[in-house]
Amino acid sequence: MKNPYYIIMNDLLHITILQVLPAGKSLGWALLLIPLLPLAGFLLLGIFGRKHIGNASGIIGTTLLLLSTALSLYTAYSYFFDFGKVDGVYQKLVPLKYTWLQFSPGVSIDMGIILDPISVMMLVVVTFISLMVHIYSLGYMKGEERFPTYYAFLGLFTFSMLGLVMSSNIFQLYIFWELVGVSSFLLIGYYYDKPSAVAACKKAFIVTRFADLGFLIGILTLSFYAGTLDFGELIQRLTTTAAPEFQAITAASFMGVSALTWALVLVFIGGAGKSAMFPLHIWLPDAMEGPTPVSALIHAATMVVAGVFLVARLFPVFSMSAAALEVVTYVGITSALFAAVIACTQTDIKRVLAYSTMSQIGFMMFALGVSGNGGEQGLGFTASMFHLFTHAMFKALLFLGAGSVIHFIHSNEMKDMGGLRKYLPITHITFLIACLAISGVPPFAGFFSKEEILLAAYQQNVVIYYIALITSGLTSFYMFRLYFRIFWNRGAIVHGVHHGEGGFVMMMPLVLLAVGAALAGFIHFGNFVSSDGKPLESVFHLQFSIAPVLLGLAGIAAASWLYRKQSNKSESIGKSLNGFYTAAYHKFYIDEFYLFVTKKIIFNLIGRPAAWFDKNVVNGMINLTGDSTLGLSEKIKGFQSGKVQQYGIYFLAGVIGLAVLFIYIWIPL
Amino acid sequence: MEPGLYHLLFISAALFFIGVFGFFTRRNLITMLMSVELVLNSVNLNFIAFNKYLWPNKMDGLFFSIFVIAIAAAEAAVAIAIIINLYRSHQSIDVERTEQLKF
Repeated sequence: MKNPYYIIMNDLLHITILQVLPAGKSLGWALLLIPLLPLAGFLLLGIFGRKHIGNASGIIGTTLLLLSTALSLYTAYSYFFDFGKVDGVYQKLVPLKYTWLQFSPGVSIDMGIILDPISVMMLVVVTFISLMVHIYSLGYMKGEERFPTYYAFLGLFTFSMLGLVMSSNIFQLYIFWELVGVSSFLLIGYYYDKPSAVAACKKAFIVTRFADLGFLIGILTLSFYAGTLDFGELIQRLTTTAAPEFQAITAASFMGVSALTWALVLVFIGGAGKSAMFPLHIWLPDAMEGPTPVSALIHAATMVVAGVFLVARLFPVFSMSAAALEVVTYVGITSALFAAVIACTQTDIKRVLAYSTMSQIGFMMFALGVSGNGGEQGLGFTASMFHLFTHAMFKALLFLGAGSVIHFIHSNEMKDMGGLRKYLPITHITFLIACLAISGVPPFAGFFSKEEILLAAYQQNVVIYYIALITSGLTSFYMFRLYFRIFWNRGAIVHGVHHGEGGFVMMMPLVLLAVGAALAGFIHFGNFVSSDGKPLESVFHLQFSIAPVLLGLAGIAAASWLYRKQSNKSESIGKSLNGFYTAAYHKFYIDEFYLFVTKKIIFNLIGRPAAWFDKNVVNGMINLTGDSTLGLSEKIKGFQSGKVQQYGIYFLAGVIGLAVLFIYIWIPL
Repeated sequence: MEPGLYHLLFISAALFFIGVFGFFTRRNLITMLMSVELVLNSVNLNFIAFNKYLWPNKMDGLFFSIFVIAIAAAEAAVAIAIIINLYRSHQSIDVERTEQLKF
């Protein structure tokens, strides 16, 4: 028996029901409401917020998101424990689909909802982190002039991100992809009277937009060969080796590389731009100009992992092209190591966290790159998703903790901090838990997910494994450098303290996230999320964990030796590494390189000749038309002299002329 | 000698060119108006001469000349009204001094 909700919706909206959920599961409206509630919040607060709602905006936005979170938790519960599993395999369900733009019988842009393990997992992550950030912002953003606008933008972002993870059509995903980009732009530029924030939001938008060009071309290539934009059909056609579409896309080649690899690499460029992978990472550190809770939500836990999600969504197709997976692997591991080295030298605490985010996303990326599809081979896939999940918890916690510190001390710089553990006890404990989690110390969440990633890398490629191992040692070093510099280092000398630690609304999210960061690792993630839907039995090797954990502890010990007490040991080490330290401090001059390429090469070689052509040729032609008209009229304007008798002469001459014309020329007798 | 068609046409042509010459050379608007009347009357003379010598049984030429006289009267009324207004604004009816309406 069909669910009555579906019948109503089918009549109203012509929504195609592809797979009806089992009878009695009234998830239809619930699923639609999950993204639509934040959208309603955005519209309500965006239109009426500043004039009519004012300070109640925060409560309204948070309440709407609380409902949305409850619905997605319910969805996740029913999916994972009730109807999602059929014959021991988690299904890809498309409960709702609305054909929006039909291009040809096979190709259409649909608005649909897909339910599979990764999208359901992302639903939970996005709504939960977003809810925490909403609550935290009630305290952190209190008294801001554009408080309602802030909550409106948060609603827009949450809506877009939920739409992105639930998209059943690659073009639908692209639309939401751009929407998260624009909400990120709006939120980075929230303090629009600060020139650095304006520059940062433009930079973020332009860099990701530039990467999205690759994504768009990739989508067009994939859909050109597959003849569809729907994820289910696309994946099915491009992974069946006997299918004509698959043979066409692998047979076609450009510059010696198959069209499949090209398309996937182009799609990956889009993902790399959004996920701040090397060399498209330059926008992420600057994006820290936004309010700190926004950094926690967008630039740590949700939006920046959209690239990982994209690769995971198309993973069956990626697994058909070893070359594309190699690109993913090497870009991931390069970003991970590169960002970890830079993170050790930065002094702005949010920038340290930004580079740490980039490094951890690099982990997720290369985990996908070394993974196979299905069965035991799919360990990397599960590990990547697991790390995404745990990372969202502890990185959001780190950012919110940093926000609490910044709120207290009114500065982002490490040199203004030290000895804060007495002033901020709850922040201190939760921050410590998050640091332990990201460093992979058992039994915190990061330990489990990072072990899985390292194991997946070890099984596939030992070189990647060793680099990852070094990076994970560096991770614990720079995280504890941050921790000791903020909370220990020197005595508690704090100037101008006029309030204590943030109130309940700021501490509650920290505590909840700390619980998540401490315990999330005990979830048997392989049971729920795997590359083929079947439960993956993750084997835990004790002796395998010894090296990473020891390295992590060594990193902590080194950080403790250098930074726990105030000393100049770190400076002398920095001096001994002179050139390398300076290079890392300046982020290896990537920004300067881009500036050189854009300003010197593109502007001078393309921009200037184009400007010259525009000024002299295009503009010259227009001016020529104008000038010649003006000159001609200057010459003939004397005819209109205002002298009546002169007009009479013209008239007479005209009459005589016509007479001559008629009598002698036109009608020759 | 009996005056024939050619005599009349000669007088008409002379009258026409005298009128045109007057229109182009006089500076006084009233004189210019009088010149226009001369041109119109030369046309009237043409109509009547052709009517009398070519189609003596018909009256078309006479009717046309009566029309022209009526219209000339109306035109004179309008022209004199314009001239009066011009005089009020310029204190003169010299066409050399009414050249403001130009480019």
